Amino acid sequence: MIPLESVLLLAGALFALSVAGIFLNRKNMIVLLMCIELMLLSVNFNFVAFARHLGDLNGQVFVFFIMTVAAAEAAIGLAILVVLFRKRNSINVEQMDVMKG
Amino acid sequence: MSIPEILFYAFAAVLVVAAIGVITARNPVHAALFLVFAFFNSAVLWLLMEAEFLAIVLALVYVGAVMVLFLFVVMMLDINVAQMRQGFTRYAPLGIVIALIVVAEIASVVWVRSLGDEELSAAAASADVVGYNNTRALGELLYSKYLYPFEVAAVILLLAIVAAIVLTMRRRAGMKQQDVARQVAVRARDRVRIVKMEAEKET
Repeated sequence: MIPLESVLLLAGALFALSVAGIFLNRKNMIVLLMCIELMLLSVNFNFVAFARHLGDLNGQVFVFFIMTVAAAEAAIGLAILVVLFRKRNSINVEQMDVMKG
Repeated sequence: MSIPEILFYAFAAVLVVAAIGVITARNPVHAALFLVFAFFNSAVLWLLMEAEFLAIVLALVYVGAVMVLFLFVVMMLDINVAQMRQGFTRYAPLGIVIALIVVAEIASVVWVRSLGDEELSAAAASADVVGYNNTRALGELLYSKYLYPFEVAAVILLLAIVAAIVLTMRRRAGMKQQDVARQVAVRARDRVRIVKMEAEKET
């Protein structure tokens, strides 16, 4: 049986990598969205591991809902990105300062 | 070490390498493909953790739909990669430091607080029953206890569909469209003209 600790550590490493990715790619909005997807995946790992460890399926139901919301988030985020690119011809995060006073 | 454990560590190592590829890839297309690879590895790991239904859903929904959407958008937008890479190394130390802090925190949580394994592993053994079906068990839970959240999830998906279409739809001048009202209102006598003429005869 797979030990719970190694799954939690793997999820933590994945989450840390995606946080580092947000700092590394702070200009490219598409890669930022991908890092958010990776974060949600690492959280799902925790839910699946604890569902296995506790023998409780409620954790897997939560993963199901997280995946639903993540899919909706990706669709709307990419739609916003496409509109933004049409308007400003760039997806650079640093150029999005039109609301700055 | 048993075979599932060896498989777990092997796929976990590949998953971490794929995640590193996602955050360091020069080209966004490569990053998206690395993310697809990471999702496939995660699906295998979830299979090992006996979440079979979720593993299949991960492969179908994420790899089949979400990542295709990502790739589609990446290829549709004309991104200046070189300009995007400016400042990559400037923030690298900060990112690495924060990542190490997060790993240290999680490791301390995992190792300092020992979880009571004795009484918990008994509950986990329930999945080993003959004839156990993960999809069926999940479905029974989803359609009884979580019926209302399930319907809310359906509404959220509908909302995402409507929002994505409304955001990206635009009317271009000179585009050929059909006018349904005019199509319905059309009469046979507007379209068909009956011509009276002499019958042709063979000579």
